[in-house]
Amino acid sequence: MMHNYRIGIDVGGTHTDAVILDQEFNVISETKQQTTTDVSTGIYHAVKEVLDSSNVPKDQINYAMLGTTHCTNAIVERKRLNNVGVIRIGAPATLGIKPLVGVPDDLRNILGQHVHIVRGGHEFDGRTIAELDTEKIYEIAHDLKGKVDSVAITSVFSPVSTEHEYEAYNILQEVLGDDVSLSVSSEIGSVGLLERENATILNAAVVNVARSTADGFINALKKEGVDAKVFFGQNDGTLMSVEYTVKYPILTIACGPTNSIRGASYLTNQSDALVIDVGGTTTDIGVLTGSFPRQSSLAVEIGGVRTNFRMPDITSVGIGGGTIVRENSDGTIKLGPDSVGYQLQEKALVFGGDTVTTTDIVVAKGLAQVGEPSHLSNLSEDFVDQAYRTLVENVEVAIEKMKTSAEPIPVILVGGGSILLPDELEGASVVHRPNNFGVANAIGSAIAQVSGQIERVFALDELGREATIEHAKQLAMNEAINAGASENDLEIVDFEDVPLAYLPGNATKIKAKAAGTLAE
Amino acid sequence: MRYLGKQEIEDIAIGAALLGTGGGGDPYIGKLMALQAIEEHGPIKLLDPEEVPDEAVIVPSAMMGAPTVMVEKIPSGEEAITAFESLKSNLSTEIYATMPIEAGGVNSLLPFALAARQGLPVIDSDGMGRAFPELQMVTFYLDGLSATPMVLSDEKGNGMVLNTINSVWAERLARGATIEMGGSVMLAIYPMTGEQMKSSSIRNSLSLEENIGRSIREAKEKNYNPVDSVLELTNGYELFQGKVKDINRKTESGFARGTATIEGIHHDKGKELELNFQNEHLMATADGELLCVTPDLIAVLDAETGMPITTEGLRYGARCIVIGMPCDEKWRTEQGIATAGPGYFGYDVNYTPVEQLNEQEGNHDA
Repeated sequence: MMHNYRIGIDVGGTHTDAVILDQEFNVISETKQQTTTDVSTGIYHAVKEVLDSSNVPKDQINYAMLGTTHCTNAIVERKRLNNVGVIRIGAPATLGIKPLVGVPDDLRNILGQHVHIVRGGHEFDGRTIAELDTEKIYEIAHDLKGKVDSVAITSVFSPVSTEHEYEAYNILQEVLGDDVSLSVSSEIGSVGLLERENATILNAAVVNVARSTADGFINALKKEGVDAKVFFGQNDGTLMSVEYTVKYPILTIACGPTNSIRGASYLTNQSDALVIDVGGTTTDIGVLTGSFPRQSSLAVEIGGVRTNFRMPDITSVGIGGGTIVRENSDGTIKLGPDSVGYQLQEKALVFGGDTVTTTDIVVAKGLAQVGEPSHLSNLSEDFVDQAYRTLVENVEVAIEKMKTSAEPIPVILVGGGSILLPDELEGASVVHRPNNFGVANAIGSAIAQVSGQIERVFALDELGREATIEHAKQLAMNEAINAGASENDLEIVDFEDVPLAYLPGNATKIKAKAAGTLAE
Repeated sequence: MRYLGKQEIEDIAIGAALLGTGGGGDPYIGKLMALQAIEEHGPIKLLDPEEVPDEAVIVPSAMMGAPTVMVEKIPSGEEAITAFESLKSNLSTEIYATMPIEAGGVNSLLPFALAARQGLPVIDSDGMGRAFPELQMVTFYLDGLSATPMVLSDEKGNGMVLNTINSVWAERLARGATIEMGGSVMLAIYPMTGEQMKSSSIRNSLSLEENIGRSIREAKEKNYNPVDSVLELTNGYELFQGKVKDINRKTESGFARGTATIEGIHHDKGKELELNFQNEHLMATADGELLCVTPDLIAVLDAETGMPITTEGLRYGARCIVIGMPCDEKWRTEQGIATAGPGYFGYDVNYTPVEQLNEQEGNHDA
């Protein structure tokens, strides 16, 4: 009998997890491998291990989903970044703060080699500030030729009118051809010029990293005899094709926490809950609302750069399974923030090491069974109790921060380190511990839906409001189907319309996003 | 006289957020404009009010419009210069220095960018000692100075000179023009002499912001509690410690109005604080008892870092310390209270200074 299997992979700071699911999403095999410095080797090990430990015929693996930190790492480490051209359309406005002012100097030196500001842009109501200086765009395009890998284009109030960004896009493409990748700000961020521009520049900077990651992943699969369709996880919990990933690599940032939230939702069948993912070094707490992660409403920093693009709202506490426990001189307990990380199996007392970790504390408390408990005989009961109380209290404070009301809500515990936490937590109505909790993130990656999105200005006078909205939703659904979504359970997951005054024809900007499961 | 470099501007921006009492617009844009201007033109000269000759002409600089427009359509930096040049020729005189009309929020930082570009000094004072939402809510208005002649300029090069019968008309006409000009403009406003500045402005408010910002930064670096030194610098009171339990917002006639309920922790356990805001935090009451009300200042600080939290930044579960600080004596006159006291904002309480409200209680020490 032919089956339809899929591989899901999630790359975290400490571990790279992989799962194989069948078409009913049952977990066939799972593995946890160490994340390697180059990331790709760890992915290869995980792919190999999860295949070897299952009897799944390789030709029946049709999909492979990857949630990865390649792009985040490139930005944080300032390595392997593209030569970027930066074009801002907005003069005479905006000259008071030039592109990349406020960005850390080391990154500014790398990304700020080819910066241009040209006349153009729009007002908040869609009127033009100035006509676009197309002659200057041609001049810049010829100047950039041969010098850059990608170009970031940002125009003032492009979330209201995309006109000037696309005019510039067309000129740049005409001159530079297909070899230079173009990133357009209105497709990446919302109102807030500097933050959107920064996100667009970062996007342009990691295009090649995304491309080589995708190639590497496809090759790793091929090497193992798997010829699957490849998808990348994005930070809203949906998948994108390789072509889309290479165009919008910035959307892969923070897909890890999103995957674990979506995986936790799937494993417990909950749509509204708090998800606590305890890793080796940190505990990430996110909020599941309507089966998707709650998005942050505040400016988000990536590698020290302020951006405003959509990100899951996550709070992190420096407590994980490898967190080092110390006693302060006044007798109080200090947890971390440093961790023994992946060296837990060598350094923790319970494994014969010499470092007191949170894992030792829960084993000493009798709440978990790993390693050799007799190694813990030197820990005083008082110390253990106090350390445990501090640990739980710190997580409870973070829970309180993330909740939106005083009502207790369900809590889902996932991640390898979740054995640290008790079955009762303040603020939680119930604590769920699903099966396969250790690889919830890889499962979240594997079960993710496919999405399609449109963002366009429509003249409501032509069709009328209702019909226009329907039309826009249909366009988004078509995009999703083109990306590989099934027609059967396609849904509009995000919709926004912004009326634009001062424009003829009752113009409205509509943004619609549709998502559905992968078509078989 | 002294010079301000990048670190001073960073510190002033934190102090400006604190004196912004939850509103005033994010100082971020103003800070970056000032930093770029310093990079290009060098440090900025800061004058003590006493160093300014009586007969010198002083023109404050400020932005008007929606902060949400300014974060997208960032100023070119030329607007403020156009407005200055235009007012200069209208007055047929040289301008000696500039200053903010508002300590608190984005307007506290914007004059620095102008000053750096024009080589003008900035005077260490302002017209509010905090942030307020309307043009007439300045000490210059209380002292009978005229907001006009004033000039509004946009980045396109348009300038508009206003001569109005009073500041309320200036506010009304300028608001309308601001929308037509694209939602955010720069003003050259309240031209005055050095003598008038000395008697009417609130002195050393920029140094106060800098000291507040520095103490919060150093507290963070050295890992000690920043609130005590903020209270000492501002003669303030710790009103309440708690966590945000409920927030109720609505946008009415362009203002973000609402209330936040904060549940007490530590020595305030069992009590509840209600915080009323309209762009700025305006009134704090605990279990029906008034703790602080406008024109006195109320700031909400993050309990861990001491960093000020804006009204938009208030979120359920946030642990915070609410502090009250006395306003300048000028706001405590009959006219000051009529202009920016609780009655003007629609709160049915009588103004009582924060010192009295908290000394009577006797449980909080300055």
